[in-house]
Amino acid sequence: MATESIKYLAPDTENKAKTQVFPRPGQHTTGLIDWLTTIDHKKIGLMYGMTALFFLIVGGLEALLIRSQLWDHNMDVLTNRQYNQMFTMHGTTMVFLVIMPLSAAFFNFIMPLQIGARDVAFPRMNALSLWCFVGGGLILNLSWFFTGGSPAIGWFGYAPLTDTRFAEVVGDMGPDFWIFSLQILGVASLLASFNFITTIINMRAPGMTMMRLPVFTWMTLIVSFLIILAFPAITIALVELMFDRTYGTNFYDFLEGGKPHLWQHLFWIFGHPEVYILILPAMGIVSEVIPVFSRKPLFGYGLVIFSGAIIGFMGFAVWSHHMFTTGMGVVATSAFAMLTMLIAIPTGVKIFNWIGTMWGGRIRFDTPMLFALGFITMFMIGGFTGIMHSSVPIDAQHQDSYFVVAHFHYVLIGGALFGLFCGFYFWLPKMTGRMLSEKLGKFVFTLMFLGFNLTFFPMHYLGMIGQPRRTHTYNEGHGFETWNQIATVGAFILGLGIVIGIYQFVSAFFNKKLKPAGSNPWDARTLEWALSSPVKEYNFARTPIIKARDQAWENNYGPRENHAEKEPLDDHGVHMPDRSWWPLVTALGLFGLALGMLFHRTIDPSGELVRDYTAPILAGSIAILGMIMWALEGPGGYHLFPKENDE
Amino acid sequence: MSDASAHALEHHEPVTSTGIPNKKVLMWAFLGSDCMFFGTLISTHLIYRKISATVGGNFLDIRDVFDIELTSFSTFILLASSLFMALGVSAIHKGNLKSMRWMLLGTIIFGAIFLACQVYEFTHFIHAPGNELTLSTYRGEPHVFGSTFYVLTGTHGTHVAIGVFWLIGWLAYSFTGKMSVAHAIDIEICGLYWHFVDIVWIIIFPVIYLMEYAL
Ligand code: HEM
Ligand SMILES: [Cu+2]
Repeated sequence: MATESIKYLAPDTENKAKTQVFPRPGQHTTGLIDWLTTIDHKKIGLMYGMTALFFLIVGGLEALLIRSQLWDHNMDVLTNRQYNQMFTMHGTTMVFLVIMPLSAAFFNFIMPLQIGARDVAFPRMNALSLWCFVGGGLILNLSWFFTGGSPAIGWFGYAPLTDTRFAEVVGDMGPDFWIFSLQILGVASLLASFNFITTIINMRAPGMTMMRLPVFTWMTLIVSFLIILAFPAITIALVELMFDRTYGTNFYDFLEGGKPHLWQHLFWIFGHPEVYILILPAMGIVSEVIPVFSRKPLFGYGLVIFSGAIIGFMGFAVWSHHMFTTGMGVVATSAFAMLTMLIAIPTGVKIFNWIGTMWGGRIRFDTPMLFALGFITMFMIGGFTGIMHSSVPIDAQHQDSYFVVAHFHYVLIGGALFGLFCGFYFWLPKMTGRMLSEKLGKFVFTLMFLGFNLTFFPMHYLGMIGQPRRTHTYNEGHGFETWNQIATVGAFILGLGIVIGIYQFVSAFFNKKLKPAGSNPWDARTLEWALSSPVKEYNFARTPIIKARDQAWENNYGPRENHAEKEPLDDHGVHMPDRSWWPLVTALGLFGLALGMLFHRTIDPSGELVRDYTAPILAGSIAILGMIMWALEGPGGYHLFPKENDE
Repeated sequence: MSDASAHALEHHEPVTSTGIPNKKVLMWAFLGSDCMFFGTLISTHLIYRKISATVGGNFLDIRDVFDIELTSFSTFILLASSLFMALGVSAIHKGNLKSMRWMLLGTIIFGAIFLACQVYEFTHFIHAPGNELTLSTYRGEPHVFGSTFYVLTGTHGTHVAIGVFWLIGWLAYSFTGKMSVAHAIDIEICGLYWHFVDIVWIIIFPVIYLMEYAL
């Protein structure tokens, strides 16, 4: 697609490549090598998204196994240990390998387009983040094949479940896989966030002031800050746990002076901001979609952003509401209860803003809008149950019951996942250049909406009548059966909806029969809709000069002085960076380092513990070599010469 | 036009929205995150120091194993290294490669002395006769002090080591003949990192070491 617009190649480009010792893969790289070495934010975003959709299927199958086990009392689909493994892997997968990377996919693909940038600030670092994510996901799922199988410790990994002395299987490696995978995924998230922060602060097109940024970009910025401030807590907690398990330290070992309680604090200091990391991107997406399909600007733009920032900030001060029943003392418990109730206010503000946006608008019920409306309503139900648990005595009843499971699925599926599906239906025409079938889209929405409510609404009731969560079965005579069966049927319907949805997303890239989208099929408002679909390799042929918020809308309907201008074409052309192998090599090194550390201990015939660091050192050297080559490979690059309006 | 953006234009660095180079924003974001890493480690240490204040039934007096003279010396060395670092940054801004090399070398040597002191300290503590402080015990009794102490100071030491290798990298690069004022920003962010690691030590030293003597 880009080759059409090239008039000639800058004279020195080809020669330069030859003089480099290890030339970076250049302009004409195609096929597999292109995907492995790409540093284009759009391709990286796509790979992030596709990998996450794959893991959504994996995590969904795990959930269906859980639901089959709970179909009736005393079922034997899974043993108790397998059940524990299943919900651990399901939770960890959905949080770290599905929702977060799906959000990252949109950050990558859409955010630079929204601010008028040609790429993120550090494209190679972006590629490293992608490969670390893939590596971390692999490590987590490799755990199935080694001693003890997958971790059975919950996605929260509470101590002392992780204590080696309490392992159900001698030499259980599950928790170790879990630790190393989360560490590598943490690297991926941190790198991506540093990159996005720099990009949004520094790479905005002229005139794109902070208060003109699209709301989705604002949420990207806030989430990135949450990630860089919240992930350190879990990283350190995991380092401490790794030391406990590998080198015998006593951080969480209550027999030797450690306090398991500390793990809960560190985990939730990360864990609560994490739930906002999961939901704010979806809120950003919905804040883009609702104005478009109501044909009105977002009501209270400033308030939406400000309440997002307040939610992010307060999110660091409520973590102990996950620990009300641990006996923290009256003062701490009351303080955290009050703060938790307070945080509902900025959340409610956003809901009213969305309603205000729709109020009096000319609403169109296309698929993205259906998902956005589904998001608002379902997220509200999850929010209400959340406010219920913020009351300490009530939470004492809810804790560890299915009521909590209902709560967090209303916010995570009804909220985050619906929001992300909304994003796919909204932006896929921009990514693929094709319109998705509205009929199929609406069918997917119906299945998901029905299936989701069938699955999770009864869980409120099941929780209230006492079904405990994290328990592999229940006895006869509690009256749990009927509602569990309804939930299981619902889960399969939801699963079917998700699978058809994924099929629809993937086929949009290949199905040539779909209607072409044109640059702005939804009559949408933000800058990315001023570009052609699919977006050209260089994004913007000429840097836009932004005159207003909702620039694409202003270009079409606004007064003259609000129309965007463009910087003149540069006669040097558009500088495109070359691709690079080193992010992949560095990530491979880190992947090997984690595996090496996982297997560096063996028990020799005499029963002695033997440590062999050859493999980790080798793999670590590969990572370091990757970084050195990265630093030395030089800018490289080539020039494209698009015509005036070829964007 | 500010100095930095004048340089940026000269060297075809992309002009940024804020005028601050991308690498600098990146480093500041990283340091913000790193504060939380150390914050978590330091709080872990302090919490356990308070709730596990005895060992084998006796009050835990860590002064029996600490060697405060040595640590004060290494603290001084690390602080002094920051002066070299600052001078190195200012030298490259002026285009004075030769002076930058000496200053980086000074920083590296002082950083290395600090690390050597730490290695000595660790081996010394682990083998302190009668007062052995290991990762999991103190005087042979299970305790958390060794866990929190070694992991915290070890993480700081790792930061210093990374800084030393990073500076060695730039020192080596300065001999390739490709280094110029354009790289001032690279040395500057090294400097930011180095000073930050120093500041963290300024917190660790009183809170982890000196406070043990204040009682
Ligand atoms: C196909 C749709 C899904 C179904 C049927 C489903 C079902 C379940 C079930 C049955 C449990 C175990 C409850 C227990 O006994 O403790 C669970 C736990 C959980 N789910 Fe889902 N889920 C689905 C999708 C999601 C999604 C999209 C997320 C997104 C983040 C998610 C996040 C979680 C979390 C965090 C847990 C807690 C895990 C733990 O306690 O270890 N789920 N889910
Ligand atoms: Cu929470």
